[in-house]
Amino acid sequence: MRGGEKILLTHGSGGKLAHELVEKSFVKAFDNPLLAKLDDSAVIDFSGRLAFTTDSYVVSPIFFPGGDIGKLAVCGTVNDLAMCGAKPLYLSLSFIIEEGLPQSELKKIVESVQRAAQEAGVKIVTGDTKVVHRGSADELFINTAGIGIIPEGVDISGSNATPGDRVLLSGPIGDHGIAVLSRREGLSFSTQLKSDCAPLNGLVDEMLNASSNIHCLRDPTRGGLATTLNEMAKQSKVSIRIEEEKVPVRDEVLAACEMLGFDPLYIANEGRLVAIVPAEDTDKVLKAMRRNHYGKEASLIGEVSANNPGRVVMRTTIGASRIVDMMVGDPLPRIC
Amino acid sequence: MRFITEFRRSDLAEGLISQIRHRSQTPARFMEFCGGHTVTIFRYGIRQVLPATIEMVSGPGCPICVTANADLDKAIALAQIPEVIIATFGDMLKVPGSHTSLQELKADGADVRMVYSTSDALKMAEENPTKSVVFLGIGFETTAPTVAASILQAADKRISNYYVLSLHKLCPPVIRAILDAGEVRLHGLICPGHVSTIIGSHPWEFIARDYGIPCVVSGFEPLDILQCVAMLVAQVEKGRSEVEIAYRRGVRPEGNQEALRLMERVFEPGPAAWRGIGEVPDSGLKIRTEYQHFDAELAFDINPGPPSQPEGCICGDILRGVKTPADCPLFGKACTPQYPVGPCMVSSEGSCAAYYNYGEGL
Repeated sequence: MRGGEKILLTHGSGGKLAHELVEKSFVKAFDNPLLAKLDDSAVIDFSGRLAFTTDSYVVSPIFFPGGDIGKLAVCGTVNDLAMCGAKPLYLSLSFIIEEGLPQSELKKIVESVQRAAQEAGVKIVTGDTKVVHRGSADELFINTAGIGIIPEGVDISGSNATPGDRVLLSGPIGDHGIAVLSRREGLSFSTQLKSDCAPLNGLVDEMLNASSNIHCLRDPTRGGLATTLNEMAKQSKVSIRIEEEKVPVRDEVLAACEMLGFDPLYIANEGRLVAIVPAEDTDKVLKAMRRNHYGKEASLIGEVSANNPGRVVMRTTIGASRIVDMMVGDPLPRIC
Repeated sequence: MRFITEFRRSDLAEGLISQIRHRSQTPARFMEFCGGHTVTIFRYGIRQVLPATIEMVSGPGCPICVTANADLDKAIALAQIPEVIIATFGDMLKVPGSHTSLQELKADGADVRMVYSTSDALKMAEENPTKSVVFLGIGFETTAPTVAASILQAADKRISNYYVLSLHKLCPPVIRAILDAGEVRLHGLICPGHVSTIIGSHPWEFIARDYGIPCVVSGFEPLDILQCVAMLVAQVEKGRSEVEIAYRRGVRPEGNQEALRLMERVFEPGPAAWRGIGEVPDSGLKIRTEYQHFDAELAFDINPGPPSQPEGCICGDILRGVKTPADCPLFGKACTPQYPVGPCMVSSEGSCAAYYNYGEGL
């Protein structure tokens, strides 16, 4: 890649430097015939039920333990599709770059996007690049869209939870939020913790193989587990009761939360999912989850009931009960 | 030892709860002074597992909640001065003063920045030599030493654009004020853990001695609180009133002498205004004359005008332990964490926020 070591405004101008950036860096890295045609749209043959999603990524800092904004963008979009039971296929990727971003950093992020896309089995088929004045963006923002196909017979929605269902969680909570936070300016603390950022479509595939009757799937990203459970309880008009002792939290996350005054239930995850399944399918889904790398620490954390619809209640470690409400405000801005 | 999970163990909690239920015969009202304790009590549902003989009331130990509107207005006035950067702990952003909040001013372009320590604020001053950085010194004896240290460091490095608005408050004098007012009758006090880490347990002795009220210093995990309640019950049942420590891993009777020396060097006691309680002599910390060029109140000409209180808000009564959030007509209706009217709903350590977030008496 020529044109100096930093991204300049002209890299987003649509001129020669822009073409060079697109062709030498993006097209080469994301190598696939749909993108390589460089038409205004990617043209794709399709049949079946489509899932279509979009998201924007503004995480700060753009590199964090266990990932970076590129990996996050791919995983986040793939996971949004997977949580509807869709098989993710194609992604779009738009980069909004603050002038002055070192080209070496962009290269690292592009490579990371490619690795994540490869692992998830998705193709980046269209994209865009804009460069903005210093201060108009913070290093790099990425906007994505994703398309997937929902297999026949799969009906997954946050409104499908039914009294008697069980609530499964794929692993310990809070790793992503705390890992990002540990690298924040003015807050840096030393931890071995890594973000859980990961594509979960493989895990979902195996869960669906174990049971075609999974009612709800959701990834507890911003707002954490607490907010996700509340969303599903409200959508399904049921109450969800979880047990504090059964919700896994790593010691490092607990310690950081104590230090900073956070509750792990509200900390973001980027590679975890919550599944609500019929009681009779619990064992086989849990077993399938534990066989997958991204679900090996999966656990049964609670159940769905009919009373107090819309409410999430937790049995605390001392045997009392308390409400788990949605997150108010945003204690950790820009974690994704 | 694992310092968190060990203190949340359900088997040990069960043992302590049955011990408390077994021993407690005499009706008793215990106050947890500290907002951090209030949060633990609600987060784990501790009131639900205590026997009917024990009533718990929350005290004034939330630094943001007890900051009077007149003082909040000073911080807000400082934020409106061009070339001033306000450096503050996060909770302060959302607290409504008489007319607006720092968060709203920030959205309008005021330079208000959240920091996690005074050293960040000091660094900010060094990096912005053409601006004035004002650190909002809000907190009890727990935070005052680090603020004192930042002033000493600024003096040492000759940083001339760093200021502190000292709204620090001292805990023992306000407890005396509450007990003297006689509005709430207490049979035991859960003394603040972090404050006691600094000042030790000796400063609470007047409560046990002069008022005959048992005192136990507690930590912040559910087992700490249960242990503390068990110790208070034991004192009540035996008719004792002493100061004990249920938080040995954090508190020594003599406190942290080094931190106390730092505080003493930079600050001197002065009167402070407490929300709901009024002015209490010697319950605040004023920057000493020697360091007065760091005092934001002296360095800037601010006149925020007369303070006003939100209509219907009973934060003041709640802070004195006279009323509970459930008694407030605004609670959960006009006043919620999304749209707070009073500070007790804003601060993460506020009683109203704890009642609202964790659901009292579920």
